[in-house]
Amino acid sequence: MKLLHRIFPHPHLTILLTLVWILLANAPSLNSLVFGLLLGIIIPFVTQPYWPDRPILRNWPMVVEYMLVVLWDIVMANIAVARIILFKRDADRQPNWVCIPLELRTPEAITVLAGTITMTPGTVSCDLSAQGHNLLVHCLDAPNPDQVRDQIKSRYERRLKEIFE
Amino acid sequence: MTFLFELLIAFFLIVSGIFGFVGSFGMIKLKDPMSRLHAPTKATTLGVGGVLLASICHSVLLEGKLSLHELLITLFLFLTAPITALFIAKWHIHRHEQPQDLPDAGEDEIWATHAVEQVEDVPDHSAN
Repeated sequence: MKLLHRIFPHPHLTILLTLVWILLANAPSLNSLVFGLLLGIIIPFVTQPYWPDRPILRNWPMVVEYMLVVLWDIVMANIAVARIILFKRDADRQPNWVCIPLELRTPEAITVLAGTITMTPGTVSCDLSAQGHNLLVHCLDAPNPDQVRDQIKSRYERRLKEIFE
Repeated sequence: MTFLFELLIAFFLIVSGIFGFVGSFGMIKLKDPMSRLHAPTKATTLGVGGVLLASICHSVLLEGKLSLHELLITLFLFLTAPITALFIAKWHIHRHEQPQDLPDAGEDEIWATHAVEQVEDVPDHSAN
């Protein structure tokens, strides 16, 4: 078991890299599967010293739910931001900084949350506080910053907490 | 049936074109640098997403072969775009924002970008 752990430090990464290689080759064949597996074994093994901890995903159905929620929000937020850019006068827009107190502590979870906030249009995550307990977010148009904070906490952070912690 | 497929592909292309345009237009219309940062995040999500969906649909429905490496473009964009945005935002905070202008950082008292010593002898570009 310990030997297996030494050879496959990140089993998830191995599977992901193999999948990415097969998709890159764009023709599922035994050739690309074997080469993808080779890369999937060698790359995690070589990069192991830089990545000592294994992030643990506790709740797989929640991962799927999270991805669907984020995709839906991206579409909805795109439409909302397009309306702001096209139809709202620049003087009426209220750009705002929002501070989001984080309950998440794992670095991977905070990274995913910050990335999600940036990819949903209308909000960009800009900075972490010095010890990583708060996230600074810039909103394109937020008359009510508290509402943005509560929405991010209830929609994304709650789900990420169930996935990672 | 082919006509319906082409209609679907055209729909995705038009959607991506519209959002790509709005994203670029936002770069001109929005005046402050932080708001301008919002425009490109739009273009990379629905703008690029629409083209990729159209590409997948075209190869599956019209050419009759499965092509999924478009999904990888989405994956790589979702990995790289937030990092670029974060770097630009951190640069802006470092050069143009004072700690008192930002909201309170809670128990940590200061945001990470301000927790380093400010460099004094760099040329000032804030005038333009």
